[in-house]
Formats: sequence, C-alpha cells, structure tokens
Amino acid sequence: MIALHNISKQFGKLEVLKHIELSFNQGECIAIVGPNGCGKTTMIKSILNMVIPDSGQILFNGIDIRNHYKYRMDIGYMPQIGRYPENMNIGQVIKTIKLLRGSNSKLDDELYIQFGIDQLKSKKMATLSGGTRQKVSAILAFMFNPKVLILDEPTAGLDPLSAELLKEKILKEKNNGKLVLISSHLLAELDDIVSEVVFMEDGNILFHKNTAIIKKETGEQTISKAITRILKKSI
Amino acid sequence: MKKIVFLVLIDIVKNRVVVAYTLILAILSWGVFMLEDSSNKGLLTLLNVVLLVVPLMSLLFSTIYLYNSVEFIELLVSQPVKRKSIWLSLYGGLAISLTGAFLLAVGLPVFLFCEFNAAGILVITGCLITLIFTSIAFLSAISSRDKAKGIGIAIMLWLYFALLFDGLVLFLLFQFGEYPIEKPMVLLSILSPLDLSRILNLLQMDSSALMGYTGAIFKNYFGTAIGMVVAFMVLAAWTIIPLFISLKIFNKKDL
Repeated sequence: MIALHNISKQFGKLEVLKHIELSFNQGECIAIVGPNGCGKTTMIKSILNMVIPDSGQILFNGIDIRNHYKYRMDIGYMPQIGRYPENMNIGQVIKTIKLLRGSNSKLDDELYIQFGIDQLKSKKMATLSGGTRQKVSAILAFMFNPKVLILDEPTAGLDPLSAELLKEKILKEKNNGKLVLISSHLLAELDDIVSEVVFMEDGNILFHKNTAIIKKETGEQTISKAITRILKKSI
Repeated sequence: MKKIVFLVLIDIVKNRVVVAYTLILAILSWGVFMLEDSSNKGLLTLLNVVLLVVPLMSLLFSTIYLYNSVEFIELLVSQPVKRKSIWLSLYGGLAISLTGAFLLAVGLPVFLFCEFNAAGILVITGCLITLIFTSIAFLSAISSRDKAKGIGIAIMLWLYFALLFDGLVLFLLFQFGEYPIEKPMVLLSILSPLDLSRILNLLQMDSSALMGYTGAIFKNYFGTAIGMVVAFMVLAAWTIIPLFISLKIFNKKDL
C-alpha cells in the first residue's frame, strides 16, 4: 500500500534519512521504533509530503505522491506535537477539517465521545493543555475513517486512562483491516497491538521484521525485551 | 480552494484590523475632500497618502498574518489539499480583504468628488499597489522562518520602495543632470511600482504641466495608450513574479 524507494533527506549537513527502502501493506500494524533523532518523524512526514525528500520515490497504492494530493484523503495523521491556530476553539478546528475533507462518509466520533471533548469544544486552542491537544489530534486522525492511520508518538502526554482508550481504538481499527503506522520509543506499550517492527538508527533501517518471528528468534515473551536483546547482540 | 479563501476571509474579518484600516482610510479620504476646496488638490494629497500608507499596510499586515498562519498552514498540509491552493488561497483572502477595504474607503469618495479619469487611475493603481505589496509580503514571509527577520525584511522593503528609491533617483538626477538622462529615467521608474504609479497618476492631473521637460518625456512614454498598457503590464508583473517565486519556495518547503 505504501512503498518507499531509496528515500534520502538532508537538513543542512545532517543526513536524517539514508536511502530508506520500506513497504507497508494493508492490515498491518507497524511500530517504527528507535532512539530520539533517528529520523522517525521525518520519514512519517515525508509520507505525508510535509517534508519533501531530496531523492527517491514514495508510492501510495502504486501512485507517486509527488504532485498528487488526493491520496491524503485516505490518511489520518496524528502529529507528535499538534499545532493548531491559537485563536480557534476545538469545535472550529474540527469544523474546519470537516469542511476541507468534504466528509461524505459517516464520521467516526467514538473518540470524541470517549474523551469527553464535547464539554470542551468552545475552549480556545491556546488555552489547552498538551494532553488535550493530543486528544484533539487523535480525534481528527480517526474521524474520517481513513484506510491508513499514521500516529506519531500517539500516547505521549496522555493520561493512562485516555492512553488506554486510544490503544483500544487503534487495536479496533487494525482489526478492521486498516494499515496502522505508529512511531514510538516506548516499546512496552506497543506489545499487544503491533504486528511488525521497523527499527531505525541514524537514518538507517536496522531491521523490519514480523513480531512473531522476532519473539521466536530471541526466545523472549515481549517485543521490548526481544528488541533489547537484538540490540545488545549487534553491539 | 474556495473553501480556504472563505476560511481566511472570515479569520481576517474577525481579526478587525482590516476593518480599522478601512475606517482610517475612509476618514482620511473624506477629510481630504472636505478640507480642500479644489478636488484636484485633494486628489494630490490623497495620492501621497495612498503611496505611503497602502503599501505599508499591505506589506506589514500580510507578512505578520502569514507568520501567524503557520499553524493553520501546518494543519492543512497534512489534509487532502494542494499546497498550491493553500498558498494562493491565503493570497486570495488577503488580497480580497485589503483591496475591498481600499475600494470602500478611497474608491467611493474619489469617484464622488473627482473627475472620472483621474479617479479611475488612482483607484486602479491603488488596487494594484495593494496586490503588489501583498505579493512582496508573501516573498518576505517565506524567505525566513524567523518572524523578526521576515518582518524586518518587509519593513526594509517598504523603506526602500517608499523612501530610498526616490532618494536614489533624485541623487542620480543631480549627479548626471548635465547628461540626457530622461530616457534612462523612464526605464528606472520601472524598478519601483510606487514611482510608476505616481507618474501614471500625475499625468492624469493638471499638475503634470509643472513637471517640466522630464514631465514631457514621461508624457511621451506613459501618456500614450501603448505606454499605459506597458506601464500596467509592468505593475502586473510586479504582482505576479514575487507571488510566483514564493509559491515555488512554498511547494518545496519542509513543514
């Protein structure tokens, strides 16, 4: 569904992505893990065409995403730090996106209800806490029933209860056959959702493997332990 | 694209600065015509206001508005919207509101008090100046991520076009007064949209007779139909080129 061919990106002298080759298919739930500054967010943003790679090609359903914008109709994106127009309130932000998406399909307001955002909808974005912003980002990502969900550090900043709600929602959408991309460095919380792991380091892909295979190879019960073991071995 | 223009327009109206700008321009133009008994003198006063205030407002307000819209742009870029339509819609929204303000505040009294030709030229050049300086604002805002730097560039550009350029022209005029520099002067006026607008306006007024030999040369070039067309094409180029360059940069920008 999504394929990255030979993607490279430099910010000044810093090489953030080095000849990335990856492909993701429908129904998978992929965790992109790696230390801070390894290029996770840059890679995600280049799939959304928010960052424009210096070289290489990104295909979405076989179509090059350059000069093509409609493919983003199928993507729900939850940014790591959601930045919204400060003078709008929550309701206006949601309305704006609805207007732009021209939502014909039925809207998914499950998270909107579960997070209890309705009582906060006249609050200005400037006054929101980090966690509430994060909730708004999550609501917007899931609202339009996209085929692909791209979540950048989804649970960072959420309280445990909301994080659990979000995790359940992710699991549900994955079971509906959607492609879910999650970037995170908290391995433990991804254990029961993820089907594949992509490990990045310094702009390179260290490995891209199925979780069952990883667990089998290392003989560990949880992904976090398995990955730690692999990393220790490679050092 | 219409939807985004609509969103931008609502935001600008809510912001109320453009409403205040309309009021101030209206007070200025009505005041000028009430105080001056000759409408021609009034027009001349108003021309100077238009040549200073309109570019300043268009340039500064648009630049600051763009920096304030960074989050809005970021929000839209991840949605199924063309980058081109985000950028051009922002331009559309700003251009519509600022030219609307100008037409309402200056256009109305000018057409009421002055003869049609001179009023027409003032209103058209005023609108073009708004479009040109909004377009230059887009270039200065995209040229730097740093807000202070971008707004600084905008102010420098205003100083250059509104004050410095005239000084340079005057300097050249005095230094090379012995030589036949009238023709190069005509060419030089192309480099500043404000000077070109001033010349176009003065030629429509009686006071053009006071400009002497240089005025006659200008009349020779810009007084004719072809000269006018060329002058307006130059002004159109001043609108399109900065906007086009800023769009090219925006299309490749990492957000």
